[in-house]
Amino acid sequence: MNNFEPTIVAFCCHFCAYTAADLAGTMRLQYPPNIRIVRIPCTGKVDIRFLLEAFEKGADGVYVAGCLEGDCHYLKGNFRAKKRVALAKRILEDAGIGGERLEMYNMSAAMGPRFAEVAREVTERIRQLGPSPIKRAKSMAHSAKSKEQRAKSK
Amino acid sequence: MIIAEGKPIKEILAMIDAYDKIIVAGCKGCVTVCSAGGEKEVGILSSALRLARQTQGRSLEIKEVTLERQCDTEYLEPMREYADQYQAILSLACGAGIQFVAEKFRKHPVLPGVNTQFIGVTEEQGVWTERCQSCGNCVLDRTGGICPVARCSKSLFNGPCGGSKGGKCEIDPQVDCGWQLIYERLQELGQLEKLEIVLPVKDWSTSRDGGPRKRIREDLKI
Repeated sequence: MNNFEPTIVAFCCHFCAYTAADLAGTMRLQYPPNIRIVRIPCTGKVDIRFLLEAFEKGADGVYVAGCLEGDCHYLKGNFRAKKRVALAKRILEDAGIGGERLEMYNMSAAMGPRFAEVAREVTERIRQLGPSPIKRAKSMAHSAKSKEQRAKSK
Repeated sequence: MIIAEGKPIKEILAMIDAYDKIIVAGCKGCVTVCSAGGEKEVGILSSALRLARQTQGRSLEIKEVTLERQCDTEYLEPMREYADQYQAILSLACGAGIQFVAEKFRKHPVLPGVNTQFIGVTEEQGVWTERCQSCGNCVLDRTGGICPVARCSKSLFNGPCGGSKGGKCEIDPQVDCGWQLIYERLQELGQLEKLEIVLPVKDWSTSRDGGPRKRIREDLKI
């Protein structure tokens, strides 16, 4: 597991988080390449289905990054996202994926360093947690199958 | 409309444990309005079930479908095209819909994905409260449009009990006293004299207590 590179999807709102990501780039700040950014107009657009689908498609971790509370470009989108992320965390816990693999962050467009910090923090946390349980189960099934095949061919 | 709530995922997983190809059928009626079994909830539940199965190293194939309603034969027919390819149907409709699917699709185990709770209204987005218990003999004309069966915890018919305090019911400080509401409403309407009409002992045979009910309109039967 030492060489495990997590796949992380970040849903970033256009006005704050995505702009912060852009600023991090302009400032030439280093952050892990594991983050795949999905730009959305506002975190209020985030549907619980997107979050679950990301895990179904193989993400090891997901986060939603929006404007600072009170400063949402669309006024309350980030509050809606906060509640949806909270519910999605409970669903992921019940599904056996683990609610700690999903988180919500807030930042302003000027916070390039914060974007990079969050990217580092999330990558490290997910690295510690290991691959998504669906991958572990798949690889365990795969190694059990190859063990069986090796035993048969002997 | 009928208000329902999704069952816990763990309970549903136990129900579908024996199957690996199921239909998850939502309903565009009441359960969509109360966000318990509409298209979105079908999507969320199906994702969660697939993820849960994959963590166990097993697969689960789900056909996600949301029917117009599940309480009318015509609306269930579209499922017949593909139903035979699946082992069971997990329905997110209200209890009536789930049972109708079970009646019409006799070869399939039909499982409930929601708990059907009450007949109610949307007080605000995300908040639904009970208003009617379908007792079959409505007295709303005499109680200012507020139901003593559904909104009084004891279903009293002639005024509040001693537990009514500050307009709230003794069972829960957040539950309004139904009779306080009736009093205030009749006062608003200037019809307080209606409180002097004694509502007789209720004949519950028109309600659930009389057994499963049926209603027929002969003029509509083909």
